[in-house]
Amino acid sequence: MTIDRKRVLWQCRRALLELDLVLARFLERDFDRLDEETLADLEDLLRCEDHELWAMVNGSAPCAKERWRGVLGLLRQS
Amino acid sequence: MSVAKRTFDAVIVGAGGAGLRAALQLSEAGLKTAVLTKVFPTRSHTVAAQGGVAASLGNSTEDNWHWHMYDTVKGSDWLGDQDAIEFMCRKANEVVVELEHYGMPFDRTDNGKIYQRPFGGHSQNYGQAPVSRSCAAADRTGHAMLHALYQRNVRANTQFFVEWMALDLIRDADGDVLGVTALEMETGEVCIFHAKATIFATGGAGRIYYSSTNAFINTGDGVGMAARAGIPLEDMEFWQFHPTGVAGAGVLITEGVRGEGGILRNASGERFMERYAPNLKDLASRDVVSRAMTTEINEGRGCGPDKDYVLLDITHLAPETIMKRLPGIREISIQFAGVDPIKEPIPVVPTCHYQMGGIPTNYKGQVVVPKDGEPNSPVAGFYAAGECACASVHGANRLGTNSLLDLLVFGKSAGETVVEDIAVGNLSLKPLPADAADASLARIARLEGQTNGESVHEVGLAMRRTMQKHAGVFRFDGLLKEGVTAILEVAERAQRTEIKDKSKVWNTARVEALELDNLIEVAKATMISAEARKESRGAHVRDDAPDTPEFPNGRNDNEWLKHTLWYRDGNRLDYKPVTLKPLSHDVDPIALAKRTY
Ligand SMILES: Cc1cc2nc3c(=O)[nH]c(=O)nc-3n(C[C@H](O)[C@H](O)[C@H](O)COP(=O)(O)OP(=O)(O)OC[C@H]3O[C@@H](n4cnc5c(N)ncnc54)[C@H](O)[C@@H]3O)c2cc1C
Repeated sequence: MTIDRKRVLWQCRRALLELDLVLARFLERDFDRLDEETLADLEDLLRCEDHELWAMVNGSAPCAKERWRGVLGLLRQS
Repeated sequence: MSVAKRTFDAVIVGAGGAGLRAALQLSEAGLKTAVLTKVFPTRSHTVAAQGGVAASLGNSTEDNWHWHMYDTVKGSDWLGDQDAIEFMCRKANEVVVELEHYGMPFDRTDNGKIYQRPFGGHSQNYGQAPVSRSCAAADRTGHAMLHALYQRNVRANTQFFVEWMALDLIRDADGDVLGVTALEMETGEVCIFHAKATIFATGGAGRIYYSSTNAFINTGDGVGMAARAGIPLEDMEFWQFHPTGVAGAGVLITEGVRGEGGILRNASGERFMERYAPNLKDLASRDVVSRAMTTEINEGRGCGPDKDYVLLDITHLAPETIMKRLPGIREISIQFAGVDPIKEPIPVVPTCHYQMGGIPTNYKGQVVVPKDGEPNSPVAGFYAAGECACASVHGANRLGTNSLLDLLVFGKSAGETVVEDIAVGNLSLKPLPADAADASLARIARLEGQTNGESVHEVGLAMRRTMQKHAGVFRFDGLLKEGVTAILEVAERAQRTEIKDKSKVWNTARVEALELDNLIEVAKATMISAEARKESRGAHVRDDAPDTPEFPNGRNDNEWLKHTLWYRDGNRLDYKPVTLKPLSHDVDPIALAKRTY
């Protein structure tokens, strides 16, 4: 695994169990096949506050940045 | 091998509510303060706290700290230390108003005061009627609190070391604490943080259980580090099971839902809490509600195909109330239970939530151990606050909203004590022993060199299953005895964990292996302390210690009104007295009584 990928992996450790559960499923299913660009989008998305991120994942808030749309779609399936 | 060293007046491990509150006290006093944290401060688990923080402000209903103290002592099933409880309840208004001044956006009443709502176990006039004592910022109390504290710390020049994992406590030949070793994740290097004072604020270890409301980060690192350094752990048999975790997922549904009128029902739709707690009903203390739910399930009145959960019903509340006062609940319920709570009740089960025990401290935040016949002798240079510490204000059972209060009051108190100890010259920078980093380096070298070892994931799973099966809501002598053998076997396996990735930079596998070293200490302490305590008290309820006239609720004050101390070395148990005397001589002790709601 590249160093970039490993750094992003640690950013998936969150304050909310809700997100840990969704991210764990996502990591198992999708993480290894993310291309570099999507990985960068994910890293950017993970800079959000936990509550903001959770709201976007559960659909109660709209996706706030165009570049997150793809990876949010994957998280929503998790 | 030479290890880099950094020097500070104080090093704080943990940037949740407790760590940030302590850091603020130190930095504002002009001390050079380092805060280490595994994740960005505002990603600490305190963010998850939804329900609120307790303070007897009396904004919505009449209230005072004596009533709060009574509720807390009773909630603790008299195992809480009354000096620390008095201290906490008396300080509550001060620390909450302080937070308001730091910019915390509390909900407001129409006349602009902090809005307060009822919460389980909190009452007016010594148990007469529910009281509105919880101060909240919508359902983001913890989040708002951390942000307010973090901003304030940045202003005060607290130095943050983010994505650093503390590994071990450094003690010298006198037993004094001189700092910690820590691993920088970005480089994989180990470094020594040398300081006059070390404060642990590492949060809880709820991940020792299979079913838990806690995020993955709650691995009990501070508690594990303390245990490895020879500090005993206090009252580790007491774990709070939150009544309402979403069945199957663990995600918490806040008690605020019941505060706003939510009702628990069994398979026949009965509001069963009326039978168990006629006065406070669904708002009785958490252990009482969890046990009632477990009894309903065990006696065949659970819901669903396997009759293994009960229902939390808010369908009678106005949808606007749910949206306004409990916004997050709907999304959680839809995502993890597949039901919309406006239309259908939510399936819930009691789920491991909070660690009442921890590193023994006094109300000043000093870590205390038995020494030369004195049960509470301070360890020089060592302090702790928040969920990792045991002050002990929660005793055998914590009341909801008292934990955020605990971390504000004792975070601040630990900070104040350090400032004072440094000012009067009680603390100096003692020279580091030559072997200061050896234990940590040896742990890492062991992982590096391990072959034919055990998978971290598998051992972790075995630990969680063992704890869930043998030390759950209801406890049985035979299961506990088997549990001790089982957990010691798991602990053996934990000494042979192997990671495939031996790289240094951002090696999360290594971090998880090191975390497991801490979790397993907590798990052993819990099982061994629980097996030994032959009574029922608060959250520790044994099948063979039932409610009898001689032992109401199964509690045996003659033999067991005492704190457990577990030492890692030889799994030795010791006990120390509960402080039944309040701090001030003009405050009457809360006399022992049967705990009923
Ligand atoms: C879902 C949920 C809801 C809750 N709601 C409420 C509520 O409404 N009211 C209430 O009073 N209580 C509530 N609680 C309990 C309360 O939130 C916690 O007890 C409290 O937030 C713990 O705060 P803390 O500062 O002790 O630790 P945490 O906030 O958990 O912070 C621990 C810190 O330590 C750091 N850390 C840990 N180990 C290491 C290490 N080895 N090296 C470096 N850093 C480390 C972490 O990075 C983190 O910064 C809730 C708990 C949960 C799980």
